[in-house]
Amino acid sequence: MDLKKEQLLDIYKKMCTIRAFESKIVEIFAAGKIPGFVHLYLGEEAVATGVCANLETKDFIASTHRGHGHLIAKGGDLKSMMAEVFGRTTGYCKGKGGSMHIADVDLGILGANGIVGAGMPIATGAAFACKYKNNGAVAVAFFGDGASDRATFHEALNLASTWKLPVVFLCENNGWAISNSQKTHQNITDISDRASGYGIPGVSVDGNDVIAVYEAAGAAIERARKGDGPTLVECKTWRHRGHFEGDPGAYKDPKDQEEWLKKDPIPRLEKNLLKLNYAVQADLDKIKADTEADIEEAVKFAESSPLPDPQELFTDVYAD
Amino acid sequence: MKQMTYAEAIRDGMRVEMQRDPNVYLAGEDVAQFGGCFGVTGTLYDEFGPQRVLNTPISEAVIVGHAVGAAAAGLRPIAEIMFVDFMGCCMDELFNQAAKMRYMFGGKAKVPMVVRTPCGAGMGAAAQHSQCMESWFTHIPGIKTVMPSTPADAKGLMAAAIRDDNPVVYIEHKQLLGVSGDVPEGEYVVPLGKADIKREGSDITIVAWSWMMQKALAAAEQLAAKGINAEVIDPRTLIPLDKDEILKSVSKTGKLLIVHEEVKTSGFAGEIAAIVADEGFDYLDAPIKRVTAPDTPIPFSPVLETAYLPSEEKIIKAVEEMF
Repeated sequence: MDLKKEQLLDIYKKMCTIRAFESKIVEIFAAGKIPGFVHLYLGEEAVATGVCANLETKDFIASTHRGHGHLIAKGGDLKSMMAEVFGRTTGYCKGKGGSMHIADVDLGILGANGIVGAGMPIATGAAFACKYKNNGAVAVAFFGDGASDRATFHEALNLASTWKLPVVFLCENNGWAISNSQKTHQNITDISDRASGYGIPGVSVDGNDVIAVYEAAGAAIERARKGDGPTLVECKTWRHRGHFEGDPGAYKDPKDQEEWLKKDPIPRLEKNLLKLNYAVQADLDKIKADTEADIEEAVKFAESSPLPDPQELFTDVYAD
Repeated sequence: MKQMTYAEAIRDGMRVEMQRDPNVYLAGEDVAQFGGCFGVTGTLYDEFGPQRVLNTPISEAVIVGHAVGAAAAGLRPIAEIMFVDFMGCCMDELFNQAAKMRYMFGGKAKVPMVVRTPCGAGMGAAAQHSQCMESWFTHIPGIKTVMPSTPADAKGLMAAAIRDDNPVVYIEHKQLLGVSGDVPEGEYVVPLGKADIKREGSDITIVAWSWMMQKALAAAEQLAAKGINAEVIDPRTLIPLDKDEILKSVSKTGKLLIVHEEVKTSGFAGEIAAIVADEGFDYLDAPIKRVTAPDTPIPFSPVLETAYLPSEEKIIKAVEEMF
C-alpha cells in the first residue's frame, strides 16, 4: 500500500461525508422534504472514494442514477449538491436536474444519469477527447452489475479497447439489478470475466475494502494514462438500502444483508487506521462529527435557498 | 462558385470546417479509407488522416454516445449513422443524453456535435433503408434538425451545424447526393433557422424540404404553365423553424400546401399546418393541405415504392384541388 497517512485519512473523511450525506437524505426524504426519486450509495462508499482518490481534476467521470457518492468523491460541492436535491436555484443544475442529473463539468463530472448503462459511451467519448488532445487525462465510467448486461457495455468496451482509449470501466457489483439478484440476470459470477471478450485486463476486488479498490483502480488508471487502453474493474459491494428510497428491499435475504453489514467499509477502514496508528478513536469521531456538521450546513443552505422562478423552465434548452 | 454535387458539397463543408477548427473530427462506419457507404466522406481520410477520420465498429449507440462525451469534453464530433433508419439503435444517446445534457445540467454543459445521416426512398431499398423520419428529431427539445435540398445549402448548413454549440441532426437525402449545383468556395455558412424562398409566386405557398423541395419546384413549373403561380419555400432547418417566412408567404398567397416524404400521421407537416392555422388563420382562403407518404412501411417493389412516394403529379393534383 502506497497510501500515506494524510491520504488515508482524507479517504476516510470522504467516505464519512458520503455516509452522512446519504443518511441525511434518508431522513429528509422520509420527512417529505424533497421531491422525486433518490437512489442511495450507503454501503458502497469505498468504491467511489477508492477510485477517485486516484483522479485529478482534469480527469472525467460518468456517474449513474446512484451518483451522490461519485460526485462527492470527485470533489463535488456539498451545498450545491444538496440544493439540487431540494430543487433550488442554488443547486448544481439550478433545480433542473435533481438527484439523478447532478453534474459539474468543470470538475470533470459528466453527470449522474437516469439511464442505466448510458455513462459508458459518454466516458468513452471523454476518453477519446483526452487522447485526441493528448492531455494525459483519463475517464472513468461507473456502472452497476445490471448495466453490464446492456448493449452499451458491449459497444463501449469494444470501441474503447479497439481504439486503446484512456478509460476505466468501473463496475460496482452490488449484487442487485433493482430486485434481480446477480445470478438471475447473468450467467457469470465475476463480471470482470467479460474483459477477456475485449482483449483487455479484468480484475475483481472487494469493493468494501477501500485500499483494495484504490490499488486496483490505481493500476487501471495508470495503465490508461500510459496509453495502454482500458481495464474492466469489478468492485463487489452491497447496497444497504433498497433500489430507491421507498423500496424496502424485501427481495434481499436478511442473512445476506446481515453478513454484508458486517463488511461495512467504514468500520473496516477505521480498524485499519487504528491498527496503523494513523489515528486514535477520538480523531475518527471528530472527522465523523465534522462531516455531519458539513451536511447540516448544506441542508440549511438548501432549505434557505430560493425556489426557481417558473420562467426558468424555458432557459438552457439550447446554447446560444 | 464551383459546380459540385450535393455529396461533394457536404464533404467540402466538413473539409473547410476541419481545416478551420482542429477540434472537429469525423467518426462512423466505413467513413475512412472506404469513403463512406455513399461516398460522402470520400477523400477526407487521405486529407486529414486517421486521427481525425475514424472508422468505428458497427455500434451506433457508442458512435453517438461517444460523440456526446467527446463534445462535453471540448471536441466537435461529426458522427455518421449510415442510414437514418438505424437511428433506433442509438436513440437513447441522442434523445436522452445529447439533447438533454445542457438542460439537465442547468446550462453548464455544451454538446456541440453533428449526427450526419442519409434518408430517403426511391432506390428499392425497402422498409429499413428508405425512411424519412425527421419528426422523430423535431419532437425532441434540445436538438436541431437540418435537411438541405441543394448543394449550396448542403455546404453552408454543414458549416453552421458544425459551428453550432448544440447537437444537430443533419439529414442528407440519398436521391440528392449526385445532384449538381453552384456552391461557394471556401468558408460558407448558411445560418440555421433561415428559410429560403426557392421560387417566388403569388397564388399558393408550397413548403417542402430535402428531395421534396426539388419535386415541389418541378411541380411549380408545370403549374405555372397551367396559370398557377406557386411560391416554394424551403425551411432548410425544421428546428429552428423560420415560421415568419412561411406566415409571410401565406399572407400573400392565402393557400398552403406542405409536402414531405415521411409518413403523414405525426409528420412535421402537421406542425407547420398547426402553426399557420393558429397564427395565420385569417390569411387562409382554403384549407391547408398535405402531400406526404401514406401511413405504411416502405415497400420494395418499384411499382409499390412509386405509389408510396409523393410525386410531382400528386403535388399538382393537390394544388389544383385547392383552386
